[in-house]
Amino acid sequence: MIRAIRSEYRKLTSTSGWWILLLILVGYVGFTAALLAGLFGALGEQLAGTQGAPQLDSESLPPIIYSTTTAIGYVFPLILGVLVVTSEFRHQTLTPTFLATPRRWRVLAAKLVVLFGAGAVYGVAGVLGSVGLGAPILALTGNDAAIDSGETWLLLARIVLAMAIWAVVGAGIGALIPNQIAAIVVVLAFTQFVEPILRFAASIWAWTADVGKFLPGAASDALVGASFYTTLSPAAATATLEWWQGGLVLIGIATTFAAAGAMTSWRKDVT
Amino acid sequence: MAFRAASTIEFSGISKRFGGVVAVDDLTFTVEPGVVTGFLGPNGAGKTTTLRMLLGLVRPTSGSATFGGSAYHELAQPLSTVGTALEASSFHPGRSARNHLRVYAAAAGIDDGRVANVLKTVGLVEFADRKVGGYSMGMRQRLGLAFALLGDPGVLVLDEPSNGLDPEGIRWMRGFLRALADDGRTVLISSHVLSEVQQSVDRVVIIRRGRSVFQGSLDALETGSHVAVDAADRAGLARVLLTAGGVVDEVGGMLRVTGIDAIQVGELALSAHLPLRHLATEHVGLEDVFLDLVGDPERSGETA
Repeated sequence: MIRAIRSEYRKLTSTSGWWILLLILVGYVGFTAALLAGLFGALGEQLAGTQGAPQLDSESLPPIIYSTTTAIGYVFPLILGVLVVTSEFRHQTLTPTFLATPRRWRVLAAKLVVLFGAGAVYGVAGVLGSVGLGAPILALTGNDAAIDSGETWLLLARIVLAMAIWAVVGAGIGALIPNQIAAIVVVLAFTQFVEPILRFAASIWAWTADVGKFLPGAASDALVGASFYTTLSPAAATATLEWWQGGLVLIGIATTFAAAGAMTSWRKDVT
Repeated sequence: MAFRAASTIEFSGISKRFGGVVAVDDLTFTVEPGVVTGFLGPNGAGKTTTLRMLLGLVRPTSGSATFGGSAYHELAQPLSTVGTALEASSFHPGRSARNHLRVYAAAAGIDDGRVANVLKTVGLVEFADRKVGGYSMGMRQRLGLAFALLGDPGVLVLDEPSNGLDPEGIRWMRGFLRALADDGRTVLISSHVLSEVQQSVDRVVIIRRGRSVFQGSLDALETGSHVAVDAADRAGLARVLLTAGGVVDEVGGMLRVTGIDAIQVGELALSAHLPLRHLATEHVGLEDVFLDLVGDPERSGETA
């Protein structure tokens, strides 16, 4: 198993996909965090001076801004996971892979382990982007960046954990949908279009909200404990899970996909 | 050479059906150490499927294939027991040859030092850090071979190893396979062109539509020669040759004689006062015998 993990680590780091995705993640998250910090940081004062306007609590700003890493950045580890698995099918490298490791489940398990680590690295990098740009701008606009707060650090740790699990979810999807283009289309369509609509629709009634909180993005936001989507959600009936429940739901989704993939495409003849 | 023991490959009654199509049909044969065995057949005859079943990549519908009694997935050190080169496309185009080999060395617990060794053996050292996406077909074949040699295995299974090689590369491959077999290794190579492997194989297994049609040495495959002869009085000449014990057919406006050599045919014609128009010994090429064996009258009858 250690051998398979070492092999998967070498696979991941010997092509350029992982760091290209990482750079885009950091740029995207950093830019968004900077923008939100500037906007809300300045807006908070104005709102405070306006009677009857919704108030942006200065204390709620750092979590919203730092969690852009997961709120908008979770697709990056997700896509990485999808790419790592589907490229084996696409480039027919499953042949040498299964020749070197004939016990196929070991290969998939090793991929999950390595992707968990890679997702955590994405999480750290994303946090560097969101905190690195968000915190100074919050400070400049006269808000508390809360960098010395233990809660902030717990939040950042949960962000890293969520990103790690997202990469594993991606691997599961890749094993379930081995066609690379199809898998990426499904992931983008679901995360960017289907789930946001479902989450919005689910928030209309209390009973749908109880179902909607199990959607992967909602579970991820629950795990992290903050997201500008949920904070700014118009509906009051947004139910959320406890942070550890959100984590378990996300891990459950990841293992269900991986197990389903292991029993289907992963067992097929390699021709 | 410190490679692990070369085991015998045994296929016993192995079959594969894809949906309703029988790709491999009850194949049984043995591949011995110390010789190069050619696994021949036209494209689509089931060679690659057979090899993939041997390597645990394709699940047989029935039957089995083993290395010294063990299925591939039961081997404790697969890459150090069996070296495989299946096709020239199983590479990530964005990965260098060196990293490609390092990935699988890690998976098989093979020392990284072997990577440089095999790159040198196949002559890829100067291109080793370039991305495989830019490789020529011949370079990919060499990288495939480097992968096969990574664990210094006692058994080598190579699918169409000469495909895409230039004449110099084919000559190099031939000598290389010879050396591997002379070391005492078990070498199985597939090809759809007999002439490509003719000079490197000791033994052949020929399949057609998933069934074995010939197993044995190349010498046993060779059917020898016949005499082509013609005279103005063809019927008269045929009578003389038949009387002398020859087997005579009329083929292509000429007589084809077996059982009597060209000198005897000449002498018989002279004593019968039959002037000859043509007299020559014709060798039946291996390729002709091969094509006869694998020829598919049903398929060639179809219109293209």
